[in-house]
Parts: sequence; structure tokens; C-alpha cells
Amino acid sequence: MEVYLDNSATTKCFDDVAAFMTQLMCRDYGNPSSLHMKGVQAENYLRYAKETIAKILKVSEKEILFTSGGTEADNIALTGTAMANHRAGKHLITTRIEHPAVLQTMQHLEEQGFKVTYLPVDGNGRIRLEDLQKAMTKDTILVSVMHTNNEIGSLQPIAEAGALIKKMNPHTLFHVDAVQGFGKFRIYPKKMNIDLLSASSHKIHGPKGVGFLYAGEKVKIKPIIYGGGQQNNLRSGTENVPGIAGMAKAAEMLYADLERDVERLYYLKQKFIEGVGRMEYVKINGLTGRESAPHVVSVSVRGIRSEVLLHALEDKNIYVSAGSACAARKPQPSATLKAIGVEKDLLESTIRFSFSVFTTEEEIDYTLQALYDIVPMLRKYTRH
Amino acid sequence: MFTAFLIKYAEIGVKGKNRYLFEEALVQQIKYAVRRCEGEFKVTRTQGRIYVDALSAFDFDEVVDNLKTVFGISGICPVVYVEDEGFEKLGEEIIRYIGKVYPGTDKSFKVNARRARKNYSLTSMEINSEIGSVLLDAYPAMKVDVHRPDILLNIEIREKIYIYSETIAGPGGMPVGTGGKAMLLLSGGIDSPVAGYMIAKRGVKIDAVYFHAPPYTSERAKQKVVDLARLVSRYTGPIYLHVINFTDIQLYIYEKCPHEELTIIMRRYMMRIAERIAEETECLGLITGESIGQVASQTMHSLAATNEVCTMPVYRPLIGFDKMEIIGISEKINTYETSILPYEDCCTIFVAKHPVTKPNLNIIRRHEQNLQEQIDGLVQKALDTKELVVVR
Repeated sequence: MEVYLDNSATTKCFDDVAAFMTQLMCRDYGNPSSLHMKGVQAENYLRYAKETIAKILKVSEKEILFTSGGTEADNIALTGTAMANHRAGKHLITTRIEHPAVLQTMQHLEEQGFKVTYLPVDGNGRIRLEDLQKAMTKDTILVSVMHTNNEIGSLQPIAEAGALIKKMNPHTLFHVDAVQGFGKFRIYPKKMNIDLLSASSHKIHGPKGVGFLYAGEKVKIKPIIYGGGQQNNLRSGTENVPGIAGMAKAAEMLYADLERDVERLYYLKQKFIEGVGRMEYVKINGLTGRESAPHVVSVSVRGIRSEVLLHALEDKNIYVSAGSACAARKPQPSATLKAIGVEKDLLESTIRFSFSVFTTEEEIDYTLQALYDIVPMLRKYTRH
Repeated sequence: MFTAFLIKYAEIGVKGKNRYLFEEALVQQIKYAVRRCEGEFKVTRTQGRIYVDALSAFDFDEVVDNLKTVFGISGICPVVYVEDEGFEKLGEEIIRYIGKVYPGTDKSFKVNARRARKNYSLTSMEINSEIGSVLLDAYPAMKVDVHRPDILLNIEIREKIYIYSETIAGPGGMPVGTGGKAMLLLSGGIDSPVAGYMIAKRGVKIDAVYFHAPPYTSERAKQKVVDLARLVSRYTGPIYLHVINFTDIQLYIYEKCPHEELTIIMRRYMMRIAERIAEETECLGLITGESIGQVASQTMHSLAATNEVCTMPVYRPLIGFDKMEIIGISEKINTYETSILPYEDCCTIFVAKHPVTKPNLNIIRRHEQNLQEQIDGLVQKALDTKELVVVR
């Protein structure tokens, strides 16, 4: 049995999406900017994609910008708005547990003369609204808070934060990195006071290399990529039509039965957590119930380095992440785990399991059994 | 403009009656190197010289880069061939050559003519002086210096006339394959690829052994070693990389022996296994990247302890090198960037906080007795399940 439990790193593409994309690459391959029929046809696919995603978010299709992925969407959301609004102020707010796509962009903006406040989180990986309130100044032009954390699955109080920000300063923009949340939750930017929202296709069973940014109509953005003026001059470059349409199709499929699927994910997660809880020397990081994401479980196993457990599971065809895939190839311990106060000994002994609609109960049982076999064996050889 | 390369070789010139063996090996290695380049080439050995002729269009820099990886080459001279169409025409060609290779030059020069074809109308001395004056007329800023010229312009009268003046330094050493074969203990670190390179430079063909320890070391760590072997194989020719699964042996030692001695005992078993494979593959020695005092397992005491277990000579070309010197070579041979990728290798996973630095042989031997029950079987199993990766 092959068990893929690294769905926060990337997901298997839906077969229907892949087939649809093949058609768009091999038959309907036009450039949407071309004046002829082929171009019009391609443009129609873009329109379909915009309408589909706009409908899911309950926003206008004019407010959807296609990008090369979550990272680019975050970059445009932060750098693009900071550069367009710097006269209004030079202060930005984010959290300590953001994805590197946000944290590194913030660092870049600090080098450009912006001041950034990094909000701490509690032991469950959630920001406190009081901290946000205290951090806001009249110079604050943007607040960026992730919807779902990629390493521990914690959820942020997005609607409450949105309301608070707008109450304190209606001009302050609110960006939400929803790369892990889109496809798991119904997120309505207009109701939550979200001005900018990033998402990625390959986390929702779509292709890699594509994502989108929702940007409210009134948000001023300076492009970060220049060229032929596609997408209203905001993001030049020929649109990745097969990728964009594939992403929309994947989103359409996921949102068709979202509640049922998410319910099932919570059931699997609960079962997995109970199973893991039966072992010694094991600790689950962050919240476990409905206050957390349905698809992420972060587990620390005292005395076993995460990479070793990862490869031992791999040997049984179970694929997981050490910390998070984005940071796993860097030697330094995870900032998120540090921020929620995971003790030093466990920082490098943490594994992330992440599920998807393809995950079955049988796979959960198989994985638990594998852990029961492997963990005591590996613990015997704990490094002194 | 260049159509050929004259290959100079220093050391193999003095090998007496074996000389043809060395030259043939060199020709083989050159052929192997130019096979990687775009274009078609002919490698020939005539009258104590090796020429690489381009038979098609080629990328000059690419060919030079690849020739620079062939041990035994001391110098690479790019050559221009001209047809023999009379002496006057030769003068014009040489003026053109100098103008192209040394634009706007005011350097000193010396002409060095050689007649391989003795029926040429002028003698070597005459060619030297005639071409000298032709050049002085054409380039008044140049001057003749017969003792220490900036440019030594060689003119060889053969079927065609060969002109060359530049020598690009080669790597030196001796052609791989002339010195037998040795087994390199290749880890993912900085030192072992350099050690393999240095021994190969003395004409030795290289096989390699890598110890991996899944799940403690990853597939990427193994891939890194394959990548390193590939980089080294540019110099050594194809490498047979033997991959040994070392996990069970390592865990068994961990269970049965004192933790501070783990690394030493582990290395003793690595040497034993490497020697076994070396014997099977007709290697004449082992190669390691050890350097005295670099880490606990490389003190004189530790080296003595690991050395004791094998009878085959162990070549340690880096033994007196500082880390920075080793890094310098690894940068030169392009292995450094790969070596520093942060994947754990099997030497570091169970390392004790305070490993012994002065192991006592008697104690080590006594502790190895603890392994008696199973170790032979585990070693045999590791040898039986070894995986061979041919790297080229």
C-alpha cells in the first residue's frame, strides 16, 4: 500500500483536471491575447476560471488575478501594495508563523525602509487580537495573517481580525495567505474584511505553477512583473491557460461537496490523533478539534529525529514531512514550532501528517500500525 | 581559427620502454574526454606527439575544459594548420595569426621552426630569421628576444604547416589506467572526493564504496554521493560505486559497544568491508580522505586503530593537508558545492558527544569481542546485498 500523507506539501492532481488540461495544451492551445478564434477560445477558458473562483469566494471576477502560485500571490499582495501605498505609511504587521513566502517578502520590505511588526502566537499557534490592536498605528498600511498554518494546522481568527483592523483604520489593508485554507473552508473576503487573499492550485489537487490572488477592486497595487500588460497591467506574461483552467476545475470539484469531505477529514484526523495518543513519548502540537484545520497533524516523538522517522515510514511507503516540506531541506528548526513554544528537544523530532480527500480510513490504520512498529524500534537507538 | 590541439605531456616522457603504454593510455583518456564535447575529433599519436584534430565545428572552450580533466597532460597548445603554398604565403598566414591571437601587441617574440619534412626549401634557421623580419615589418612595436620571449612562436613543417604559440596548462599527473586500481571510501563530505582525485592523478583507476544507513540517512544523501562520484569521474573515467547498507551493523555496534568507541569500531568495519570488496574487484589499495587530527577518528591513535584491520595499503593523500587546502582543491574540481549540501551521513548519526580521541587498541579489540555472535553474518549480509551504481 502507498500512503501519501504529505498533502500540505502538494496534492495529487485530479484525473479529470489533468485530462482537461491535456485538452487545453494539445487542442485549445491558443494565446488569450490573440485576435483570432483560437485566442477567443483561450480567453473563454480564462473567463470560466475567473467566474468559478469568484463564485466560490463570492467576489467579482474582476478581482481575481492569476499568478504562478501562492508565493507570487503573496509577493504581489505585500510588495505590490506596500509600494503603491507607502505614502500613507510605512508600517506593516504580520505574524511569526507565516510561510516563508510572506516572512521573506516582509524582510525584503524591511530592507526597503518599511517597519514590520511580527505578532507572537499562543501555545496553540493563534494570534491574540489584543496584540494586533496594540500593534496597529496610524502608519499601518497592511496586515497580513495566514488563514491556516502549514505546519500545525492552527486557524487564525480571520473574521475578528478583519473587523478589528477596519474598525481601527478603514484604510489599512488586510491580506490573508489562504494557501492551506482554500479548498478546506468557505472563505468570503467581503464578509471578513479581507482585501487580499492568496491561494495555490497544487494544494487543492490542481497543477503546480499556478495560483491566484484576490484583490478587492479598490486596492491599489503596483505590479512586480512588467511586460505585455496582461491581466489589466497587474501581472504581465501570457496567462498559463491550462494551469489556470485546471486550478478552477479542481476548486470547482472540491467545493461541490466541501462539507461532506471536510467532515470526513475531521473524522480521520480524530481517529489518527486518538491512535497516536496511545503511544508513549508522543506529543501532538497545536489544537486538535474543530478549532484546527481538518487535514494537518503535527506530531513530536521524543528521542527520534524527524528525518529518521520520515525515512523509516518511507520504507513502508508512507510519505510524510519533517516539520514542513518548505523548510525541511533547511537545517534550522522550524520558526512556527519555536513560536508555539515546542521544547527544544522536540523541535527536530517533529513530523507532519497531512491528509486529503484521497486519504482513506484503511490508510490511517496502516499508518498507525506502522508507527506502533517503528517508534519503539527507533527509540531503542536514541542518540545520547 | 584553431583546428587542432597539440598535447604536451611531461612525466610520461621518461618512462623508458613502458612509454608506449603510457601514451596509449593517455590517448584513450583524451578520447574519453573529447567524446563529451560537441563535434567530431581524431586523436593521433605521431613521432612522440599527440594531436587532437577537430573534424567538424567545435566549441573551443568546451574542448579545452575537457582536456584539462585528463591526467598526464601537462600542456594544451591550440594549433592552426595552414597548407604549404610557398614561403611568402606562410609569412602572410603568420602575420594574420599574430594579429588575431595577440591584437595590438608590443610583446617580444622568438620564432622556433622545426622541419619534420626535410625537403622544405628553407632550413629551420632560415625560417626563424625570415619569419622574424616579416613580423617586425608587420608589427613594428614587437621586438625579438631569443632568451626570454613573451611569445614563443612555433612553426612545424609537416605535410601541412602547424603554427602554435600558446600553452594552456593541463592538470599534470599520469594517465588514469597506468597505475592499477584502488577502492575509494567515498562519503558525502569534502575530503573523500578530493582524495580520489589526487590518487587518480597518479594514474590510478578508481572504484568507490559508500556506506548508507537507511532510514538514518536519506535517498538524497545517497544521490549526493552519486553526484560527487560523477564529478570525480570527469577526471577518473567511469567509477564503479558499491553501495553498502550499513544500518544493521551500525545498530549492532551501538547496542554492544561503548558509545564513545562507536565511531572507531564502525570505521574499522567500514575498512574491513571496503577491503573485502577491493579484493573481489582486484583493487591494489584503499583510499581515504583522512587528515591527521581533523576529527576524533583521525588522530594518530584513531588512524592506527582503523588501519590495523586491513592488510591492503591504505592511501591517504590528504594526510598532511589543512582543511582550507582541501577545500581549495574541492573548489577547483567542482565538488565543494555538492559536498556541503546538508544531508546527514552515516558517520554523524550516532556520534557520541565525546568520542575517544586516543583509542586503546587492546580495549577496542576486547569490545569488538562483544560483537562475535552476529557480526560476521551481518557483514556477509551487507556484502551480499550491496548495490552497484556505475557512474560515468
